[in-house]
Parts: sequence; structure tokens; C-alpha cells
Amino acid sequence: MRKVYSGAVEALAGLLRDDMTILAGGFGLCGVPMALIEAIRESGVRNLTIVSNNAGIDGVGLGILLDTRQVRKMISSYVGENATFARQYLAGELEIEFNPQGTLAERIRAGGAGIPAFFTATGYGTQVADGKETREFDGRHYVMERGIFGDLAVVHAWKGDTEGNLVYRKTARNFNPICAAAAKVTVAEVEELVEPGTLDPDHIVTPGIYVKRIVKLAQVEKHIEKRTVRERA
Amino acid sequence: MPWTRDQMAARAARELQDGFYVNLGIGIPTLVANHIPEGVSVHLHSENGMLGIGPFPYEGEEDADLINAGKQTVTELPTTSYFDSAESFAMVRGGHIDISILGALQVAENGDLANWMIPGKMVKGMGGAMDLVAGVPRVVVLMEHTAKGEAKILRKCSLPLTGKNVVSMIVTDMAVFEVDHTRSPSLVLVDKPDDVTIEQIRDATEADFVVHSTMHRSPVAADIGK
Repeated sequence: MRKVYSGAVEALAGLLRDDMTILAGGFGLCGVPMALIEAIRESGVRNLTIVSNNAGIDGVGLGILLDTRQVRKMISSYVGENATFARQYLAGELEIEFNPQGTLAERIRAGGAGIPAFFTATGYGTQVADGKETREFDGRHYVMERGIFGDLAVVHAWKGDTEGNLVYRKTARNFNPICAAAAKVTVAEVEELVEPGTLDPDHIVTPGIYVKRIVKLAQVEKHIEKRTVRERA
Repeated sequence: MPWTRDQMAARAARELQDGFYVNLGIGIPTLVANHIPEGVSVHLHSENGMLGIGPFPYEGEEDADLINAGKQTVTELPTTSYFDSAESFAMVRGGHIDISILGALQVAENGDLANWMIPGKMVKGMGGAMDLVAGVPRVVVLMEHTAKGEAKILRKCSLPLTGKNVVSMIVTDMAVFEVDHTRSPSLVLVDKPDDVTIEQIRDATEADFVVHSTMHRSPVAADIGK
């Protein structure tokens, strides 16, 4: 089965529909599948539930799906730095479900691993636990959280081979490997596409079993949210 | 004079021990990295998937793929490792990070912490704060003692909580409290700037506290042991 597609639009063809749940890798603007998000915007699908740690910034990353009002609900841990988000949220046009970052990550990991729910001490005694089952283990209180499994995951990797095996670069890894495992179909965009045998099997982070479609980026676009530097001595 | 932000950070840095794995929050806690005591070597954890955070890059050497949890460009060290977000919080939740130093809006005398939202204002989200305070065994709050003249160390938090009974120590510009859950009141004043009096600290603190018997820096020595 051929996994390689010629472009982001082609790679998402037939996969997109209104009301679906899409997981997107990335932290801030780092390791965000920008080209695939752009292809989702081009498709015009609406009423999406997006699971992603952040919501991009105005006009960049997931921010572009907010501009076109294609998103109904975000499941995220932090959505600062996005004025469009704030405006739509305060106007009641956009729903947000805040998850503690580690709980969000574990919900995605669990979903991909076939685990429907788990208990965590995170959020016990806070409004995050409202309406959720709690339980005591060895004298400590825990909150039950559900696994997340989406209709589609879009991820960004550094290198991938034609079998869908993926390697990430530095902190651009973040949520990408767990998102890749937690959806019915996963599409990966890669900066470099290589032949099988090129990547060291010991270094592969996401095995190709999780990746149904892969596309090499025609051009790699990266953004820095907060450029911080030091003086040369 | 109360402590400056750098003096506060330096005081908090004295809580670090050699070999510690450390998570620093955004704001004043970030300054702690500049004041790590001589002879102490620590590993800084960044919740977006990195252990061993290096200094900011030289201009022109920024890498968009290499950022900290505050989304600032950083560098790697020979000891650095990278991992995914689930692994990153497995470290946190599993109690493998030794200490977390973070900011706060309010702290209560029982160690309750509020630092993620103010109702009625735009809510940005809790990020990793709830996971850190629930999973890291020692949680140090580093913050200004008051906000616009209002006390931040309270009998009870009025803002939505980030965690219940989670704070181990509070470092401010006026005082250092240990939170000792075995006694009442559980706040114990263990350190302060030389020229801040215990009276001034009481005036700026809503919560009740006791003064530790070995804290001899106070010019109001009579207060010791009260």
C-alpha cells in the first residue's frame, strides 16, 4: 500500500468532513503541521473539534482555522497569545475545554493505546475534577480522565520514510508522536522523505504502523514565537 | 528594603541541591536559573519535552525547533535529552522531578495554590501547572508578597484552585515560609530580608504564621518563638 502523497491537499483528500475530531501535534508554533492545517482550511470543513495543546497565534498554525470559523470546540491546555480566539470565545462562538497539559497528553497517549480511562492526582480538588469520578488509592485522591481517540490526526516530523516511520527534531517532537497513535487515520508532513533503510531502526520514534499517509513538504516554514538571545562574550 | 526580583530568585535557588531535576515556571522563577549556587549542578526540565535546558542562543543561532515551555528560543547541552509530551508529564506525575518553582496569584495557609485563572477575565488555561503541583514532591511558590497592596498569602484562596495542599514553601520579596502541614498554623517564617520587620510581614499577610526559633535575623528578636 502506497502511503506517499504528492501534496498536503492530496494527502487529506477523502478524509475530511464536517463535525469531525482532529488531533494536531505541536507546542506553541513548534512542530506544528502547518501545511496540513492549511489544507484543512482550504477544504472548508466546518464545526471541527480540535485537540491540540495550543491554538496557534493570529494567522499562524491553528489560528488560521479560527479566522475562517471552522472550529466549534478546542480541547487545549493553554490558548494565550491569540486575540481571535479570545474574541470568538467571549462572543460564545467557540467552546473551550481546558485540560491540564499532562492530563491532555496522557488522554491522547491512552486513547492511542486502547485505554478508555485512567486516574490521575492532577486537578483533584479543582474545577477540573467537577463532574468526574474520583477514587482513593493508598490514601491519595485521584480523578478519572478519559482517553481521546480522534477521527484524524495531523502531525509534523523531521524525517520520514515511505513506510511512514518518523523521526522528530529537538522540541518539535512534543505532542506529535502521541497524536500520531490516537486517531483512525494519521497524516504526517515531513521535512525530508527518505527510502526505507535510511533511518536507523533504533532511532525511529513513531513506527509506520500509526501513519497512513505521508507527504514531503515543498517548503519548510518555521516560526519563532519568542526570540530570546544572549550577548556574545 | 524588600528583596529585588533577583534577590528573591537567589533565595529560591538556595533550595536547589546538587543533582536535582528542576522545573522552573514562567516569570520570576525563570530568573532562578541565573542564581544556581556554586558547586550545585541541576538539570532543568522543560515540559514541552526536554531535560537539560541550555542558555539562550547567540543571535543568528536561534533554532525554531528548540524552545522552552515559555516558547523562548534556548540551546541544548551535552546532557540534553528530548522526549514527547506524555513522557514529559510521566516524569512530572511519577514524582521524578525533585522541585518545582512557580508563580502564584494566591496561596492559602494550608498550601492551597491559585495561579491559573481570574473569573470574569479571559482565561488562557492552566498549561502544565496543575500537573506540576500534583506530581512534584516539593513545590516552591516564588511571588511578590502583595498585589497592589492586597495580601496574596491568605487564610483561604478566593480564586479557582490549581491544587489543594500542594505548596511546600513560599518565597516573596518580604518573607520565606515553610508550609508544615503537621502543625497549626502551618506557615512557619524561616527567613526574611534583614531590614523587613516581622510586624511588616504580619501587616502584609492575611494568613496566620509562626516564627521559626532559629530565625535570628530579625531586629524584633522578642517575636522569636512566639
